[in-house]
Amino acid sequence: MLNPDLVGRTFPGATSTTVSQESITAFAAVIGESDTSVATPTYAITITLEQSQKLLQESGLDWTRVVHGEQRFEIKRPIVAGDNLRCDSTIESARVMAGNEIVTVRGDLFNGSELVVSTWSTLVVRA
Amino acid sequence: MSRFTLGQELPPHTFHINRALLVAYANASGDQNPIHQDEAFAQSVGLPDVIAHGMLTMALASKYLADQAGGSSAVKEFSVRFTKPVVVPADTEVELIVSGKVSEITEAGDAKIDITAICADTKVLGMAKAIVTNA
Repeated sequence: MLNPDLVGRTFPGATSTTVSQESITAFAAVIGESDTSVATPTYAITITLEQSQKLLQESGLDWTRVVHGEQRFEIKRPIVAGDNLRCDSTIESARVMAGNEIVTVRGDLFNGSELVVSTWSTLVVRA
Repeated sequence: MSRFTLGQELPPHTFHINRALLVAYANASGDQNPIHQDEAFAQSVGLPDVIAHGMLTMALASKYLADQAGGSSAVKEFSVRFTKPVVVPADTEVELIVSGKVSEITEAGDAKIDITAICADTKVLGMAKAIVTNA
């Protein structure tokens, strides 16, 4: 179980990731997108979900039992190569339904002080 | 001239998903969970077979949105529920059929689009909604 005291807390990203053209192109290639001048809409997940996983594992969640329940993106502008993105993670909610623990984590990706993309990942820890 | 009108039905597009695509997505996204690559492991955790990453299904649906709306830059919001797994048996290709309908033209001039994603006659995404620019 997640410590309920963690709900509402924001954990600033300790490091930032410089987005490479190669990673944008590789992600686009999988879904058949030929325009690689900007990242495809869900590219941000490659950064935010890893951060969420790290945070939740450190908080005692069993990642091997996690299923992705819901996902949302708000894109202020597309990610481009050269962005230096820090991910601040916030545990927005945690509840138990039918024995399963349901946790929603928001990831805010900042390039300097500019918010670029926010993601919400709802993860279900199966009982 | 606006691209979308209220109630407009957007034409379906079929994506093909096979094991090689799952490996490619795992490598591009960093999500190497073995339930998306290893049959024996998938079955050991109660799944019928290897399943696609939910985020691969969402990424393909986002490609559909981008194609309809004039490119990746047009997609401003996108949310889904992963309601059913996309099962991907070995040595075969499964079809993911994505379509959309314009549910609202916002005051800001954007279009809200409801997305339907079907695999093996089953809806695999629920509450799949996007906001795209309507230029």
